[in-house]
Amino acid sequence: MNVSVLISTFLAATIEVIEMVAIVVAVGVTRSWRAARLGALAALVLLAVLIGVLGTALQDVPLRPLRLVVGALLLPFGSQWLRKGILSVSRDGWATGSGEERVDDDVPPGFDWKGFVLSFKGVSLEGLEVAVIVVAFGAASQAFGSAVIGAAASVVIVGAFGLASYRWVARIPRRALQLFVGSALVTFGTFWAGEGLNVDWPGGDLALVWLAAFYLAAALLLVRAVSSWRSRIPPRVETGQPAPAGAAR
Amino acid sequence: MILWRWARAFVLFWVDYIVGDDWTVAALIGVALLATWGLVQAGIPAWWLLPVAVVAAAAESLHRAVRRERP
Repeated sequence: MNVSVLISTFLAATIEVIEMVAIVVAVGVTRSWRAARLGALAALVLLAVLIGVLGTALQDVPLRPLRLVVGALLLPFGSQWLRKGILSVSRDGWATGSGEERVDDDVPPGFDWKGFVLSFKGVSLEGLEVAVIVVAFGAASQAFGSAVIGAAASVVIVGAFGLASYRWVARIPRRALQLFVGSALVTFGTFWAGEGLNVDWPGGDLALVWLAAFYLAAALLLVRAVSSWRSRIPPRVETGQPAPAGAAR
Repeated sequence: MILWRWARAFVLFWVDYIVGDDWTVAALIGVALLATWGLVQAGIPAWWLLPVAVVAAAAESLHRAVRRERP
């Protein structure tokens, strides 16, 4: 057992696993747990096939274009959620939606394919990155077993934390949750798309933290701005009836 | 015929996934991605562009949405 490889792999994989678990929990809580679980499962099957077929050649898989595609697809979708969350919270308040099962109006009564795709993309991209870390660390020190144990420990510990946090996340009122999840999705989308475009993020992987803070602060400001815009917009003047004096001001 | 229906449903799914309620948000994000790529190629720091563009696109879209829902 190579302890230094085990610890290095655990720490490096944990960053990727946190992103993976965050996406799955976000999709599960706000859209559909069934879609989130099946999306994650499908991604894990794909990863197992890729690892089986490619083996150590996995190190040569170009991750940059993959990050760009996943990030670019996540950005507009996350923006829609952020927009809907801001509109709902500014209209109905933060506490609206407690106890609701679903958030998004477009979650279908049948299988939620959008939730499936979101979960699949998050798990396949981050899982691939974990696999590359395992192969790279394992190959460098000829200690594949230690690298696999380090990554597996990371998945188990962060996964357990994700399951535990689900109960806490489920207590957040649904409209507010839509805003928070929208902020999280655009955070990951921005980071991954930027990585794919070779952007040099200040702080490296810690950019995820300041990006999340930036988007959350912007969302809170936009909630106030939308409330203000609503109060300033004059009512629609009915055609065919004489408008009362000063109605258009 | 069944293949055509599947292909159509597949395309519509992705259009709805990307475009959603307001196509201008997706369009602005697309332009921001291209501009970021351009800045990176030119060697100019581009990390600020995507976050600013996403927030600006959301603000613009929200302003239009509020105007549409006026009483």
